[in-house]
Amino acid sequence: MKNKKIKAKIAGIEVNVKEGTTILEAAKTVHIGIPTLCKHADLPPTAGCGICVVKIKGSPKMLRACCTPLENGMDIITQDPELVEVRRTILELILSNHPNDCLKCGRNNNCELQTLAGDFGIREDSFEKLLRNLPEDKSTKTIELIPQKCILCGRCTNVCQQIQDVWALSFLERGFYTRISATGDIELAESPCIKCGQCSAHCPTGAIFEYDETQKVWDALMDPDRFCVVQIAPAVRVGIGEEFGYPPGTNLTHKLYAMLKRIGFRGVFDTSFAADVTIMEEATEFKRKFEKDKKNLPLITSCCPAWVDFMEKYYPDMIEHFSSCKSPHQILGVLSKTYYAEKNGIDPSKIFMVSIMPCTSKKYEITRSSEMSSSGYPDIDVVLTTRELGRMIKQADIRFKHLPGEDPDNILGEYTGAGVIFGTTGGVMEAALRTAYKMITGEKLKDLEIKKVRGLKGIKEATLDIKGTKVKAAIAHGMGNVGTVLEKIREAKKAKKETPYHFIEVMACPGGCVGGGGQPYGVNNELRQKRAAGLYSDDRGHKVRCSHDNPYVKELYKKFLGKPLSEKAEKLLHNKYKKRPVYKR
Amino acid sequence: MVKTGELKKIVSKWKDKEGNLIMVFHEIQNRYGYVPRDVSMKLSEMLDVPLARIYEVLTFYNYFDLKPPGKHTISICMGTACYLKGANELLKKFRDLLNVSEGETTQDGLFKLNVVRCLGCCGLAPVVTIDEDVYGKVQKEDIPDILAKYAVKEKNA
Ligand code: SF4
Ligand code: SF4
Ligand code: SF4
Ligand code: FES
Ligand code: FES
Repeated sequence: MKNKKIKAKIAGIEVNVKEGTTILEAAKTVHIGIPTLCKHADLPPTAGCGICVVKIKGSPKMLRACCTPLENGMDIITQDPELVEVRRTILELILSNHPNDCLKCGRNNNCELQTLAGDFGIREDSFEKLLRNLPEDKSTKTIELIPQKCILCGRCTNVCQQIQDVWALSFLERGFYTRISATGDIELAESPCIKCGQCSAHCPTGAIFEYDETQKVWDALMDPDRFCVVQIAPAVRVGIGEEFGYPPGTNLTHKLYAMLKRIGFRGVFDTSFAADVTIMEEATEFKRKFEKDKKNLPLITSCCPAWVDFMEKYYPDMIEHFSSCKSPHQILGVLSKTYYAEKNGIDPSKIFMVSIMPCTSKKYEITRSSEMSSSGYPDIDVVLTTRELGRMIKQADIRFKHLPGEDPDNILGEYTGAGVIFGTTGGVMEAALRTAYKMITGEKLKDLEIKKVRGLKGIKEATLDIKGTKVKAAIAHGMGNVGTVLEKIREAKKAKKETPYHFIEVMACPGGCVGGGGQPYGVNNELRQKRAAGLYSDDRGHKVRCSHDNPYVKELYKKFLGKPLSEKAEKLLHNKYKKRPVYKR
Repeated sequence: MVKTGELKKIVSKWKDKEGNLIMVFHEIQNRYGYVPRDVSMKLSEMLDVPLARIYEVLTFYNYFDLKPPGKHTISICMGTACYLKGANELLKKFRDLLNVSEGETTQDGLFKLNVVRCLGCCGLAPVVTIDEDVYGKVQKEDIPDILAKYAVKEKNA
């Protein structure tokens, strides 16, 4: 029964699909377009907007394609003058509650509502304009909520509640007064929000978007007193191209370095280098616990600030298992203001460090605790998302196409294959195991590619034999999946049983940072896969594929830090966690 | 303020019944005259229902109040007759004097400002009631004196 096939026609073309396939999905298989607005590929249909209506031949009834399963023998009409008329009216009704603010909106040029209004040739307000007067919420300084622009599609609530299991957003009131709000009608910064930005990556309109800080960066670049330096995260190199017409997953690393130099940065670094440093520290932490303190395992990765925030709010009992490592970009930041500054005779107070991240929560991270300024200067001055960088490049109007590839600035630029796969789910685990294996056994891991940790399954498990001990690893991405893994740990602890896992990687965003909340719009699993593939091929293309083999990392330890977990490393590269209230009021 | 033991009793009464969320909050509303925020938070834990869901329900139905009721309820009639006789002006004056919008309670918790439909005494339009007291043919200049009566009463109490 399960694999029963459905045979039907869509726009005159025969389709054969599995039972349960919606009309919308079936139409896609034969490249027939049906307009949608509330439906998102990651999410179940809410059937909220009605723009996807279609008809069955011979019946006047209209069906919503996004939530109606195709049935045997159906002959679906996707386009006719009546359908166009109905869709236009639906659009006009939505627009009657929506401000005509496009020119000044954060989504100008890439808003799904604006695009539809353009496609349908809407030229006037056909219904009386009725706007709700609702306050904006910029409290998190990470994402902005502008409820007046909300079309009530339900994508953000779905992502935040079902995929992320955070429940920071919900609809309040009803009818015309229905509005999107932080849970319990408070400010987002007081709510359980973990700043992952998945809501902003899924919103079709300008109702939720990243807190734009591009102007701060332009100002710093203009200030002759500032020495502006920049770093790019792994996931950015395979995402930014989408803003400029490159196929998803195209790796623009070297062109990006050149671009950032043209924009005016005097030092161009790579977060992947710091990821290699993170691995040195984290693998050493693992080795310590593995050899002397097995009871204290699992070790849990800490490079995702949204996950750290979630843990501090919902799983403070896991603090003892957390790696104390700062996230890679913080590490690079602190090294730029110490090691790099020293080496090049630059006054660290003049250095202005910009992180280009796939991530909104890193905007929050840079001030989350006093250790984020452990050198006496803030590790990072501004975080920009991939989307914000895209806008800066457009403002500068420099074309990737005609840029030669360039190299990053050493001593904080050269990275290994292990450092760059940090940007995808499973990547941190794979990189860490490559180095932990070497640290514990003294030998090189034979097969560097640990396939079981790769891919988009919500929870992945892998076992690696290290000196006769079967090391059990678990990888979770999409915050909603982490509970399952941590509950197992809690249970084992309660029952005083052996831990089910020794090493756990968590990334808040589905797919990991390649699917980060600050990445270019339109994310779905196909895109996540392509972006990840871009990183894995970068890894394969590297001669040096293990963090401990990075010559610049070795030099860093020899000349500056001593060894992993040295006093200096502890002070600069590590941080502490504390229990935080889920609600601030 | 609200005792945990009391909440537990209410919860256990409704625990296994259909639609228990609404019934539990009905009881809270009836008992306290509104649903205090900390009660919602506690119940969210006890019932294992996200606060987001609770607020969705609480704001969906007009029945629930999320702010404490004012000691005195001011009702301004906006029925046709009163409206024609300038009730709108009265509303404006009340708003300015009390620094609240309709549906809200003043900072000191003394007054809640409401707008209501025809009170059935159109001959007296425009009509304002405060608790059980009815004021007819109200001029906006009268309002400060009217309010003062209640404020003074409060002070002497
Ligand atoms: S940033 Fe993440 S946690 Fe916060 S409201 Fe958006 S989806 Fe929810
Ligand atoms: S804020 Fe955006 S994603 Fe959320 S319901 Fe409104 S339009 Fe949809
Ligand atoms: S998974 Fe990556 S992009 Fe998403 S919140 Fe964590 S660090 Fe940021
Ligand atoms: S896309 Fe189908 S109802 Fe909105
Ligand atoms: S309109 Fe005010 S009492 Fe009837």
